[in-house]
Amino acid sequence: MKKSWYDYLWIASALYLALGFFNILFAWLGLICFFVPLIIAIMRGNKAYCNRYCGRGQFFALIGGRFGLSRKKDPPKFLKSKWFRYGFLIFFFTMFFLMLWNTWLVFDGVRELRQVVNLLWTFKLPWHWAYHESAIAPWVVQFGFGFYSVMLTSTVLGLITMLLFKPRSWCVYCPMGTMTQLICKVKHGKNV
Amino acid sequence: MRDKIRQSKRAEVEQDVCVACGCCVKVCPLSAISIKRGVYAKVDTNKCIGCSKCAKECPASVIMITEVSE
Repeated sequence: MKKSWYDYLWIASALYLALGFFNILFAWLGLICFFVPLIIAIMRGNKAYCNRYCGRGQFFALIGGRFGLSRKKDPPKFLKSKWFRYGFLIFFFTMFFLMLWNTWLVFDGVRELRQVVNLLWTFKLPWHWAYHESAIAPWVVQFGFGFYSVMLTSTVLGLITMLLFKPRSWCVYCPMGTMTQLICKVKHGKNV
Repeated sequence: MRDKIRQSKRAEVEQDVCVACGCCVKVCPLSAISIKRGVYAKVDTNKCIGCSKCAKECPASVIMITEVSE
């Protein structure tokens, strides 16, 4: 099957994670993965982002499928249940807004910049090497750390479920996928 | 003369639990699957030969291969 340019977007995803090790400001680029699927779902009413352009999904398919790192087992039933998917969506966005709140506190001068990456919402990893003193406002840098934490956490979760189940198991409970599907359902109503 | 009943295989999607990720679309050799309005995967039964590639790829394991009479 002939490959298209978008079949190589896994390189962008891998590069994104790598760049965050060197300069945390690159984390802002991750907003593309947030806004593009939403814009496509709202404007066009489909999941073209998941279906074609998701570099992360391609990355999991590559290392889990072609490189054989996945057990390729059926996921447990709860993973695809609506309760879990919507529950995880709510949890994920609660934590996301908490991250935005922390950014606001830095913007407001209430809290100082914390140069840590919060992995799995629990482990605070030192990440000071990715921050280079500059004239950039501390809240911009704080958002970088926060957003990179979100991206790294979801990648780690995706890698764990890739190993245990099928390569793209992350797609089953990906909050962006759940949300865009929900948007499509609402947009099309009974016509689906 | 009696009509011969042929058995063949088809992919069937559990549409209410499908996450519409599109993994099945990518592996189908006959382009028999499409994502309907970003909500679920739909199999074109006229094209599907039941090769089961989509069922193996589906991360949610919601595609079954069933035998149908023709």
